Amino acid sequence: MMPELVSNSVDLSTKEEKVVGPWKEAWRSFRKSKAALVGTAIVVFFILLAVFGPLIAPEGINEQKLQDSSLRLAPPSSEYWFGTDDFGRDIFSRVVYGARISLAVGFLSVILSAVVGSFLGIISGYYGRWIDTIISRIFDIMLAFPSILLAIAIVSILGPSLQNALIAIAIINIPNFGRLIRSKVLSVKEEEYIVAAKAIGMKDSRILWRHILPNSLSPVIVQGTLAIATAIIEAAALSFLGLGAEAPQPEWGKMLSDARVHLMTAPWTMIFPGLAIMLTVLGFNLMGDGLRDALDPKMKN
Amino acid sequence: MENKVLLQVKDLETTFFTDDGRVPAVDHIDFHINEGEILAIVGESGCGKSVTSLSIMGLVPSPPGKITSGQILLNELDLTKQSEKEMRKIRGKEVAMIFQEPMTSLNPLYTIGNQLTEAILIHNKGMKKKDAANRAIEMMKLVGLPRAEELMKDYPHQLSGGMRQRVMIAMALLCNPKLLIADEPTTALDVTIQAQILKLMKELNKQFKTAVLLITHDLGVVAETCERVIVMYAGQIVEEAPISEIFKNPQHPYTKGLIQSVPDMRYKKETLYSIKGNVPKPGSIQTGCRFAPRCDFAAERCFTENPPLYEVNSSLVHKSRCFLQETEGISIAERAVESR
Repeated sequence: MMPELVSNSVDLSTKEEKVVGPWKEAWRSFRKSKAALVGTAIVVFFILLAVFGPLIAPEGINEQKLQDSSLRLAPPSSEYWFGTDDFGRDIFSRVVYGARISLAVGFLSVILSAVVGSFLGIISGYYGRWIDTIISRIFDIMLAFPSILLAIAIVSILGPSLQNALIAIAIINIPNFGRLIRSKVLSVKEEEYIVAAKAIGMKDSRILWRHILPNSLSPVIVQGTLAIATAIIEAAALSFLGLGAEAPQPEWGKMLSDARVHLMTAPWTMIFPGLAIMLTVLGFNLMGDGLRDALDPKMKN
Repeated sequence: MENKVLLQVKDLETTFFTDDGRVPAVDHIDFHINEGEILAIVGESGCGKSVTSLSIMGLVPSPPGKITSGQILLNELDLTKQSEKEMRKIRGKEVAMIFQEPMTSLNPLYTIGNQLTEAILIHNKGMKKKDAANRAIEMMKLVGLPRAEELMKDYPHQLSGGMRQRVMIAMALLCNPKLLIADEPTTALDVTIQAQILKLMKELNKQFKTAVLLITHDLGVVAETCERVIVMYAGQIVEEAPISEIFKNPQHPYTKGLIQSVPDMRYKKETLYSIKGNVPKPGSIQTGCRFAPRCDFAAERCFTENPPLYEVNSSLVHKSRCFLQETEGISIAERAVESR
């Protein structure tokens, strides 16, 4: 019968050296970077702002005070921290609510493009040949356009609205994710555990989704955080051009655009939404850089 | 039982189509493995050992590789003619494989238990997860892994190389395959662990009657484990012999060279013997014996004619691809004509 190998080897199993897992190690090196922590703090701050917006903002997004001219374009004061705009609306409240819109657009568009891009990239990287040629050439064509121009074209076709701006931003980011994951898949599929998986008779689809995809995700996480920053800027840009958010929506880019005419007389209408955009983007960029340093083995020495 | 042929490779040619033209990595080789036998294929890097094993598994990377001729018969079933779907049923269940690098042949993102049960469930659809897990634990104990239950929850990076290779062996044996292909299973391990793994494989071979195709470049490994040896050189079989013959009475100059290259502890030698030169790129030598440029005994005709496989001393089990055999042995081809 079976040899009883267990009983006599129990004593041998003394304390083994604690080995650090790949994620723990990444967290360790992420924690070391001050910039990454500051970025994360900024991002967390804006996320809290977005989530608890209604509790923080003193007013609603569209409480106009047209009858009292002293409250229109009022400079920052203890009552209106960031001042008011030409309708007498509290800019602080609108900036707070704006965090919701910007972060939602950023996250949703990136999730959308990451999902579609990863799917296309993984198929093109794994199957290669003509599938790869077709998908890669489509990516090339999309990347041949300046991204904001392509976004403008897509929004023009779909009609201007925040939702369509989101879709446009998602579409223009697809090739970035697609290419990234394709190159990662090309290296992962040569790994021995993939051959080993084939050697135990695993199906292609299972190998793809269970073994190759999870092992190809780390660059997508990094690119995702950085892409949220760009997506927020792009959403603001589209809104600024009148292709995104509509009138009462407190989108930061839209607020900038509305404030254009008051640049000289009431600069606060512009400064605070602009500052909000800058800070969020900075936060995501710092965090993304930190993540890249932590997750990319090439950056380690 | 003893002499029933399990796997018969006939005239196998696996070619890689590269930018430099056709490269026959495996060049018309014939061999067989009996049930429950351990057969070793020995040779330097790049001589076609691994491609042979991948050909049997149907895992030759394609493109650029392709099996261009020949048959691989597993119990009369020609593996070269099976569809991908049918091959998937054979892989893991009939023929399993373990690899050289235990450090990289497990997916780093899943636990050992997860990967072992997955391997069971692939070939046993409808089996309960819990039963599969029990089977995995049982198998892990069988391959000598301590604390099997705890290991199930561990990730590959928490295990040492030797333990991971044991896990790989357990995974390969989960579905009771008839043939286990071990592609340099001990090369990446410490010497002490090497011996343990070889011993384990030998035990499991006896216990389960699983035939083993051991691919290695290490003659020490061969001496310890197997019954029959095939020596490959540049895509061809140059010598085939039982284990006792190959060390006592090697015939092909290449085999002799390989054996001499192993350091002998009994004698203190100033310099270690080495075969001069490198393995030629497959396909680069078109005429003559492929070993001729590196051979100490090469005659003129070795450069112009390709020697056939000769029987050594008219024995049926010892063959050598060298003109030196011509006086004593008769070529396999001639024997075939004679017997007709």
